[in-house]
Amino acid sequence: MIRDTWLLFRHDTRITLRNKVGILFSAAQPLFFLVLFGPIFATFGTWETLVPGLIIQLGLLSAGLAGFGIVFDWRSGVLERLRVTPASRLALLLGRVLNNAFTLVLQTVMLVAAAYALGLRAPFGGVLVAMLLVVVLGASLAALSYAAALTLHEQLFAPVMTTAVVPLMLLSGTFLPMSMAPAWLDAISHASPFRYVLDAMRDLFGGVYLSSAVGVGVAVVVVFAVVSLTVGARVFNRENA
Amino acid sequence: MIETRGLSKTFTSGAEAVRGVDLSVSAGEIVGFLGPNGAGKTTTMRMLTTLLTPTSGTATVAGRDLLRDPAGVRRRIGYVAQNSTLNPVNPLAEELELQVMLYGFRRAEARARIARVMASLELTGLESSAAMTLSGGQKRRFDLAFGLIHDPALLFLDEPTTGLDPQSRANLWKHVRTLRDQGLTVFLTTHYLDEADALCDRVIIIDRGAVVAEGAPAELKTGGRTLDEVFLDLTGRSLREDVPA
Repeated sequence: MIRDTWLLFRHDTRITLRNKVGILFSAAQPLFFLVLFGPIFATFGTWETLVPGLIIQLGLLSAGLAGFGIVFDWRSGVLERLRVTPASRLALLLGRVLNNAFTLVLQTVMLVAAAYALGLRAPFGGVLVAMLLVVVLGASLAALSYAAALTLHEQLFAPVMTTAVVPLMLLSGTFLPMSMAPAWLDAISHASPFRYVLDAMRDLFGGVYLSSAVGVGVAVVVVFAVVSLTVGARVFNRENA
Repeated sequence: MIETRGLSKTFTSGAEAVRGVDLSVSAGEIVGFLGPNGAGKTTTMRMLTTLLTPTSGTATVAGRDLLRDPAGVRRRIGYVAQNSTLNPVNPLAEELELQVMLYGFRRAEARARIARVMASLELTGLESSAAMTLSGGQKRRFDLAFGLIHDPALLFLDEPTTGLDPQSRANLWKHVRTLRDQGLTVFLTTHYLDEADALCDRVIIIDRGAVVAEGAPAELKTGGRTLDEVFLDLTGRSLREDVPA
């Protein structure tokens, strides 16, 4: 299974890297926010607060919408062809989600590099640990996105996912920390796993490594990964998936 | 090469697509699996290729138990689906390389196989092409290449010539005959009865999920009837719709 996962990851990554414009475009929105909203935000907040939020936004827009790719493969019959090879269904999923996580890391590096140019002063160690969270989060989001794409009606997937991204983004505190929100909104936001990941990333970008927020964020990412990959694997194993 | 007993499939919608099908296909045969729309041809083929799980019944495919060892079945079969399964934008040799390496071959062996199969299917020179730039006949031959690249013992072809022009059809027939001469077992579905007549050693006719006749085309064409007439006599002349899954 490891070899099959590697072969599929390498194949998908080669295709992704060939489409450089695609990588840039799916990172365009957070980059716009960084460049056009960041300087305003920096007048009352810090880059170390904003940039982790934009990384979460990037994750939702990039890995969270990865399901579009499987709709394409399903329609063109590629998925069916691969399902008749001896490759395990889990490898078919993991090869893809690892490619999505890799793409998200590339986009995050772009975003963070631009943020440093604009004024971000996060410690390298904190950014590195946050990147690890991004990898796991990206793979998990992609697995869920594939599960949704293979479960929902093909014409329903796009409107459902693009609509779901906005509340998930806002409830995670992408643009402003949820501690600033009224109590009812703050309470709702606790249902979103991204809030905990974002709180952890903000601490890491601020150079705080051993906080309860970091501990909770790491735990949430691990649980989220287990749940997402289990759901994704179940859907990939299902007949007609 | 294929043995099934009481193979059945009922979809969650309640539609009984296949009802207790017994099949027997020997090594080296080309067997045509015929039937009207919704008769259960594709559902049967999708069960035999491990894409669908039978509701009941048993089957051995290419020497492996379909239910206990689906991965073993997949290792020994090739499958060419009804609709093309090519990535429309990626270089096809790259797609073929992935396909063959998923069967456990190393890159050097994979490349040698790709060159060999592409030469045998008159596709040499199209390695870096994407499917969207190819003709219908070329696409279908590439589909065949994907099904053959790992040297399967048994090849499933689901309506291989549907939508092709007469030249491409004749060309594909030529390739299927070559495969038979090389000893490959082929199980194919088709709506073209002249194709079944010309290509197949034996045909099995299925209707409403059950086998209604089987034999060599010459054995079935009794009383001076064509295979089309035999087919219509067995399955009726009313129009059929596909069974929803």
